[in-house]
Amino acid sequence: MSGAAQERVVASAPGASAIAETWLWIAQRASAALLALCVLVHLVTIIYAVRHGLSGEAILARTRGNAAALAFYAAYVLAIAVHAPIGLRTLCQEWLGWRSASLNWLVAAIAVALFAFGLRAGWAVFVAPA
Amino acid sequence: MNMLQVSVWRGAAAGEYRTYEVPRYESQSVLDVVTYIQRSIDPTLSYRFACRVGMCGACAMTVNGVARWTCRTHVAKVAEGNAIQIAPLANLPLVKDLVADMREFFDKWARARGQFVPSATRKDAFARVAADSRARAAVEAGIECIGCGVCYASCDVVSWNADYLGPAALNRAWTLVNDERDGARAERLRAVAGDAGCHACHTHLACSERCPKKIEPTRSIAGLKRAVAMAALRGEL
Amino acid sequence: MKNDLRARNHPSWWAFLVHRLSGLALSLFLPFHFWALGQAFQGEARLDTLLRWTEQPLVKFAEVLLIVLLAAHLSGGLRLLALEFLPWRGWQKSLLAWAAGLALAAGLAFALAL
Repeated sequence: MSGAAQERVVASAPGASAIAETWLWIAQRASAALLALCVLVHLVTIIYAVRHGLSGEAILARTRGNAAALAFYAAYVLAIAVHAPIGLRTLCQEWLGWRSASLNWLVAAIAVALFAFGLRAGWAVFVAPA
Repeated sequence: MNMLQVSVWRGAAAGEYRTYEVPRYESQSVLDVVTYIQRSIDPTLSYRFACRVGMCGACAMTVNGVARWTCRTHVAKVAEGNAIQIAPLANLPLVKDLVADMREFFDKWARARGQFVPSATRKDAFARVAADSRARAAVEAGIECIGCGVCYASCDVVSWNADYLGPAALNRAWTLVNDERDGARAERLRAVAGDAGCHACHTHLACSERCPKKIEPTRSIAGLKRAVAMAALRGEL
Repeated sequence: MKNDLRARNHPSWWAFLVHRLSGLALSLFLPFHFWALGQAFQGEARLDTLLRWTEQPLVKFAEVLLIVLLAAHLSGGLRLLALEFLPWRGWQKSLLAWAAGLALAAGLAFALAL
């Protein structure tokens, strides 16, 4: 192995970033497993709801004051807020060549925004007035 | 005589395709075609080969857009009509013509801790490895790699992330992770963790699709992903 | 040298592309989805107004497309989890066929239920 190659080997010794990337991968797969369940329930609900006529009244009749539905949506939104930003981050890295720290901040902001906005949506159909 | 129209990459990064007419035979490998051009038409053509029988891994090139071992690729299998396009392997720096610079490819084997690290000395007895153990089967599945670089050249993640270790190096690491005589497991798992390592793989399966030895590096990389993740969960990474 | 579509033209690569593009599309749709549900704060009538807007043919078509994308991301994701976490076997092509079939079936079920 040439001297330069040896240097490169040392330079690529795993650091905090490799461990962080590993945890991101674990988070991505764990959230995917949770999402698999949530999306399945969501799809079945959509098709059921559409078959029985979609209306504001019908939607809210299912969700208003329904704590189980609220808990489901909260878990769903949490999984989305973990899963989607990690995927978008990889996309930006690979397709846009964007690998600087600014990307991590943007992705973290997207995660927080998705979580907050998603919870707000779940809360809205829980407390909705007539 | 039936002639092949062979379009060959000439020059370095700034080069161009040049077309040569090569007599077509019933049974003819792509390597035969390249050799004919070099011996009978243009001796300045550079290419690399050694064994000609699919053992050494030296002659891989891009044939009609797909990375292949040229010595075991029949013209009849890849020619589109009478046309063949031959280029150097993708994802590697170009030396000249059909010769790709393989240094980075093999350096990454070293970076993935592809060296066996003995855990016993010559004074110890031979290790007894059960042939039917799961670990031995995992080694078996990946060990026949000839280092041709076809998987590396076919991998999109390599082209998107220059640091990515690539299928061959990770496959090598996986065979060692499963080698019960090896003493560097923890260090190796650290070396293949993260963005430049196994977790960058998207399971495109291009490596497994193209490997001339029918190895499935994707399988090995999946094994590494799980092993590294388990190490992280145990706080051992 | 860079690869072109000839190198990428194999089933798993197309599956990857569908997975990435569907993921991107769903991510872009989420803010609109959450906004629409948030309109429930203003009561049933407001939701009905939004639902009437979705009666347009083009919006209906987009809805079917979204369902297919969601189902494709689900089935494609299950395929990836199976490949990464389950013992390896020669089932890559069958997994892919199942994933594609499930996505189309979900789209069809939705379209027929409309």
